[in-house]
Amino acid sequence: MSVTKAEKNTLVITADGELDHHTAAKIRKEADNAFSGDTRNIIFDFSKLTFMDSSGLGMIMGRYKKIQKKGGSLVIVSPKPQVKRILEMSGIMSIAKIEPNIKQALKRM
Amino acid sequence: MKNRFDMEFIGISENEAFARTVVAAFTAMLDPTVEELAELKTAVSEAVTNAIVHAYPEESGFVVLSGRIDGNTVYITISDNGIGIADVDKAREPLFTGKPEEERSGLGFSIMESFCDSITVTSGLGEGTVITLEKRFGGSKGEI
Ligand SMILES: Nc1ncnc2c1ncn2[C@@H]1O[C@H](COP(=O)(O)OP(=O)(O)OP(=O)(O)O)[C@@H](O)[C@H]1O
Ligand SMILES: [Mg+2]
Repeated sequence: MSVTKAEKNTLVITADGELDHHTAAKIRKEADNAFSGDTRNIIFDFSKLTFMDSSGLGMIMGRYKKIQKKGGSLVIVSPKPQVKRILEMSGIMSIAKIEPNIKQALKRM
Repeated sequence: MKNRFDMEFIGISENEAFARTVVAAFTAMLDPTVEELAELKTAVSEAVTNAIVHAYPEESGFVVLSGRIDGNTVYITISDNGIGIADVDKAREPLFTGKPEEERSGLGFSIMESFCDSITVTSGLGEGTVITLEKRFGGSKGEI
């Protein structure tokens, strides 16, 4: 798990392993620490995420709300099938773009 | 085949992954597909997280997890002794959350329903909550 700042006022949140209520709390804290006034876009790198449940959806939506007002973009990188299915059950797929890697994701900003 | 287990753990968030792992190991006996296993693990995670997040607002209490295999069907029961649910039908509605102030999507029950063959919820205010997830597996060993 890591949170880094990238070009175009983008926060890159990398979650690996399993994203549940327990691990979502840690990511939320780190992401909000790194979040600054000029943060406009968020990339979730889920390429190494093997599991997610509804607590992950809540964490994603909570971060999205922070950039929504600014007209920022939400991009999810390379979700595996289980993770993609959970994303599809929520409204997130209609607001997020899916890209195969971070480079492509940054191009969408 | 027939099999069962019973266990109890304290309702702390560290035990969410533990509960999923126990259920996955138990169910492995039925030779499930990757997808079947992912579905059951996700449903279990929802029920266990609810017991940890919603059942004990004051102090964390115990969560009971038990499993039964009957033929190619797995029954997983998650129970708590917490505050209970006043209106179960309402709680099961998609997007309903009793904690709108937290970052919750209100999709836990919907995920349990779509990833299992059936779910039963027994609860009442002050009476704790019992959730049973039932899932049939197509794996070959289940037929024995
Ligand atoms: N074990 C429980 N004890 C007490 N209340 C519960 C329990 N399980 C569920 N509830 C109630 O039912 C509501 C709906 O549960 P559900 O899992 O669908 O959504 P959520 O937990 O609020 O959000 P999400 O699961 O998407 O994070 C909860 O908000 C809570 O009020
Ligand atoms: Mg829930």
